[in-house]
Amino acid sequence: MTIVDPVGEKIVVDPNVVNITINDKPVLARKGEFIIAAADRTDDFIPRFCYHPRMSSVGMCRQCLVEVETPRGPMMVVSCMTPVAEGQIVRTATDTVKKAQEGVLELLLANHPLDCPVCDKGGECPLQDQAFSHGPGESRFIEEKRHYEKPIAISEIVYLDRERCILCDRCTRFADEVAGDPLISFTSRGNDTQVLTFPDEPFSSYFSGNTVQICPVGALTAKPYRFKARPWDLDQTESTCTSCSVGCRIVVQSSRDELVRYQGVDIDPVNWGWLCDRGRYNFESVNSTERLTTPLIKDGSELATTSWSVALESAARLIRLALVNGSDSVAILGGARGTNEDAFAWALLADQLGISQRDAQLGDGLTPEIFNLPQATIDETCAASTIILLSPDLKEELPVLYLRIRDAAQKRKSRIVEFSSRDSGLTPYAWRSIGFEPGQQAQVVRQTLDTPEMSEQLRRGDVVVVVGRANLAENESLTLHALAELLHTVPNAKILPVLRRGNVRGAVAAGLTPQKNSGDAIDILTKAATGKVECLILLGADPFSDVADSTLVERAFAQIKNVISIDTFVNRSNRNADVVLPAAAFGEKNGTTTNLEGRVSNVTQQITPRGTSRPDWIIATELGLSLGADIGVSSLDELHQKMISCVAEFSSCADVSAIQSDGVLMVHETPVTISRSPIVSIDRNSYNYRLVVSRTMYDKAQSTVASQSLSGIITEAAIYVHPLDLARIGVVEGTSVRVGIDGTNIVIPVNANNGVHRGTAWLPYNHTGVDIRPLLNIASDIVDVRIEVIK
Amino acid sequence: MSRLSDSNVAVAKEIIARYPRQKSALIPLLHLAQEQTGYISREAMVHLGELVGVTSAEVYGTATFYEMFRFEPIGKYLVNICGTMSCALMGSEKLMHHAEKRLGVKAGGTTADGMFTLAHAECQAACTEAPCLQVNYRFRLRVTTADLDNLIDDLKTGKLSDEIPVHGVLSKVRQHIAPDREVGAVAPELVNESPVWLNGKAAL
Repeated sequence: MTIVDPVGEKIVVDPNVVNITINDKPVLARKGEFIIAAADRTDDFIPRFCYHPRMSSVGMCRQCLVEVETPRGPMMVVSCMTPVAEGQIVRTATDTVKKAQEGVLELLLANHPLDCPVCDKGGECPLQDQAFSHGPGESRFIEEKRHYEKPIAISEIVYLDRERCILCDRCTRFADEVAGDPLISFTSRGNDTQVLTFPDEPFSSYFSGNTVQICPVGALTAKPYRFKARPWDLDQTESTCTSCSVGCRIVVQSSRDELVRYQGVDIDPVNWGWLCDRGRYNFESVNSTERLTTPLIKDGSELATTSWSVALESAARLIRLALVNGSDSVAILGGARGTNEDAFAWALLADQLGISQRDAQLGDGLTPEIFNLPQATIDETCAASTIILLSPDLKEELPVLYLRIRDAAQKRKSRIVEFSSRDSGLTPYAWRSIGFEPGQQAQVVRQTLDTPEMSEQLRRGDVVVVVGRANLAENESLTLHALAELLHTVPNAKILPVLRRGNVRGAVAAGLTPQKNSGDAIDILTKAATGKVECLILLGADPFSDVADSTLVERAFAQIKNVISIDTFVNRSNRNADVVLPAAAFGEKNGTTTNLEGRVSNVTQQITPRGTSRPDWIIATELGLSLGADIGVSSLDELHQKMISCVAEFSSCADVSAIQSDGVLMVHETPVTISRSPIVSIDRNSYNYRLVVSRTMYDKAQSTVASQSLSGIITEAAIYVHPLDLARIGVVEGTSVRVGIDGTNIVIPVNANNGVHRGTAWLPYNHTGVDIRPLLNIASDIVDVRIEVIK
Repeated sequence: MSRLSDSNVAVAKEIIARYPRQKSALIPLLHLAQEQTGYISREAMVHLGELVGVTSAEVYGTATFYEMFRFEPIGKYLVNICGTMSCALMGSEKLMHHAEKRLGVKAGGTTADGMFTLAHAECQAACTEAPCLQVNYRFRLRVTTADLDNLIDDLKTGKLSDEIPVHGVLSKVRQHIAPDREVGAVAPELVNESPVWLNGKAAL
C-alpha cells in the first residue's frame, strides 16, 4: 500500500498503516486499531467512559458515538468498537453526533445522584467534565432516582457507591482481564444491574486500587484518600515507586504538605499505568506518627533525642574508634531502599574510609555477578517466545511484573515454563509448570529441558529466564546451579533478575556491594558473630526482620560493639543502637532509582522531610566531613554528575528528560558466564517436610505495618501443607502443631493449601504471630522439618 | 449446606464434558442446583464455581441475571398464577385472592409448613386457556376456585406426586445427546469440518 504521509512528502509503504480522515484532517492509523485510538493522536477528543486503551473494548457506555461515511450516507458508530479502514471518513462533532452524545449523557445522568460537592471524584471526574463539555445542560428526568446503600465496603480498602456507578465495566473488566481476579461482577439485570462481589466475599485483589483510579465516576473510592483532599488542592509530581524493584511510574500527590495519594502513570516499558495496592497505599507510612524525626543517641540503656551535630560527632567518633583496629572492623549493610545517589554517596564515603565490607542485599538476593549475564528488559521478557520462571511468586513479590507476564501469556504468544516448589500466581497461566522439591531444581531443570517437547519450544524464538530467590529456606547456590543448567542448554537466553528491594540494582551498581573479595551480608554477620566487627552501619536495613537466619543476627548483634542506624523508623535492629539518624523517606527527597531491569528513572520530592530528617546522601556527606573524609560534593546535582562519570553502569544517565519519563537503561559490563557444577540431589527422610519459605505481598515490612489501611491485611503466621499431607498429620485446619528441626521447635497453626506440593511445607515469611525464623539456618542448603501433633 | 449431592456432581460432570469451555456449562448447572433444593444457595454457587473453574462472583453475576433462578428457600410447590391480560380478564385476580385466603399467605409468601409458595406470574403463553396457573411449572388451565381448592388438596395428600415433580425441576426427562450428534468438546475455533450429521454439507 502506498501512503502519503500528511506531515511530509515522504511515501511510506507499510501494510500495517491505513489512511483515514477525522474531521476532514488526514490521520495515519494502525491496521486493526479502533477509531477512538486513532483519534486520540489528534486534537479532536471523543468523549468516553468505558473505553480504556489498556483493556479490550466493550462499547458499554455509548458515549463515543461518531459518524462514519458509508455508501448509504453517514452512519453513527461507537468509535471504541469500530476498526479503522482505508479511506474511512470520520466526523466527531456533527449536529447528529452532538445530539447523540447529549442524549447518552442525559441517560447516564438520569440515575446519577449528582452529589458532586461531597464526592471525592468531583473536580477530576470524567462524568462531570464531559457532562460540562458534551452534555445537554439540563435533564428531563423528574422521577425519583435509584437508591442504594451508600457506600458499601467491598474490600479492606475499596468502597463502592452504586448510586454513582454508570456501569461502564471498567473495574470488572480490569479485575478479570488485567488482574485475573474476577471477584467483582455485574449482578442482576436491567434497572437493577449493579457491580457487586459475591455476598460476604471481599474484593481481595492485590490490584484493587487500580479500579479506583480508572473508575470514570466517584463510584469506587479508596479508604486512604476518602475525604482527604479536593483534587484542585492537590500538588503533584511524577516519580518512581520504590516499594519493590519493578519501578512503576507514579504521580505523587500531596495536600497541605502531606502525601495523600499515588496514581499510576502509563509508561510503555514498565507498568502501563497499573500499580499494586502495597505500592499505591504504603505512602501512609511516610505520614506515620511513628516516624523518626530527630537524631537519637544512646543514653544509658535508652535512646534519647539529640541534635544533628552531636549525633554526627558521636557517629564519627564510633567509626574512627573502630577503624583503629583496621577497616574490616566496620561494615555497612543496606542501602537498597534509598536512591542511586544515596547509595553512591555512602559508597564514596566507604571508599574514602577503606571500608570494603558492604552489602545492599541481605542474604536473600543473588550474587551481583548475574547482572553481568545478558540482560532482558521487561518488554523483551514479555515478547519472548518462552519465559522461564525460576523465581519467587511474582504476584506476591513483584506484582506489576506479574501483570505484564500474565498479559504476555494470555494475550500475546509467550509461553511460560515455570520451575517452582509451590504453585504461584502465574501457575494457572503457565504452559508447563514443573514442580521440584527444594534441592532438586538443577536436576529437574536438566531433565525437563532434555525432553523433545521442551527442546522444540525453546527453538521457537527468544528465551528469557526470570531468576530470583524463590525460597528463603534454601541456599542461594541451588538457584544458581539451576540457572547454570538453564543457560547451558539455552546459551542465548537472556535473564531478568528479580530481586525484591526497591533499588537493589542501583545500590549494587553504585558500590554498596562487597569489595575486594570481602564477603556478603551473611559473611559479614558471621564475622561479626565472632567479634570481628566493632561498628555496624545500617542504611535502612533491619537485619532482625530482613535476614532469614535470626539466630545468626542475634549472635552477631550480641558481639557488635556499636551500631549506627540511618532509618525512617525505630525497629528491632536499631532499638539498641548507639546513634540513630533520621532519614528522609520516599516523597521527601530527589534522586534516581534503578529497577530490576536496570532502568534508571527519577524519584522526586513532593513534601518536606518530617522533623529534621535528611536524605541519606546528605548524611553521608556530613558524616564524611566529621570524619575528615570529604566526599567532595555539595549538591545532589554534583553528586549525580559524579556518579555518572565514575560509575560505568550509570554513564548512560545524562539524559535528564528521559530519566524523568520512561527512564534510561543502565550500561551492562562485559558479559560473564556461569559454569555448571555436578548435580547433587539432596534426599529427604519421608517423615520430614521440606520447607519452602517465601514472602507474600502483605508482610511485616515496615512500610506496610506503618500504613493503617494495609496493616490490618497482614495475616497471622501459619504453616501450609498439601491437603493429603494434612490428613496424614491427622489434624484439622487451624490446629497448632509443633514444627521442629534439631531441637529447635516452633508451635504454629497448620492449614491445607492445594498449591503446596506433597512432602513440602510452606511458611510465609515475616507474618504476625509466631516467628518462624528460628527454623531457618542459612548455612544449610535446604531445611527439613518434622511436623508433630501436640498431644 | 447445599452443595451439589454426589449423584448431581456426576450429572454435572457429564454436562460439563459437553462443552469445550467448562464455564459454558454454568447455566445448566444452575438449573441442576435449583432442582436439588428448589433454590440456588450460596454454597451451591461456590460449588459450581469450583466445578467449572470460575469465581463465586462470576457465578453470582450470571445467576442473578435470570429471573427464574431463585436465591431464597421456597415451598415444595411453587404456584404461579398468571396475572397478565387474558387471565386477568378471565378472573385471575379472584383466583389469586382465593389462593391467598386458602393458603394463608400473600403472593410471594411461603406457607408455614413449607408446602406452598404462591407467586404472581407474567404471561405463561396459555392465553386461550385463561385463567391459567402453573405448579412447579406444570400447567393447570381454565382454573376455577373449586379447581384450585381440589388442586391444593391433591397436592397436600400427595395424589399428584407422580405428575408434578418436586420444586425446581423444569423437565422430568434429562436430555442425553446421541453420540453421533455430539459435536464433542471442541472449541469452535478449532472445528474445521462440518458436524458429521450434516453429511458433509458445509455449515452455515
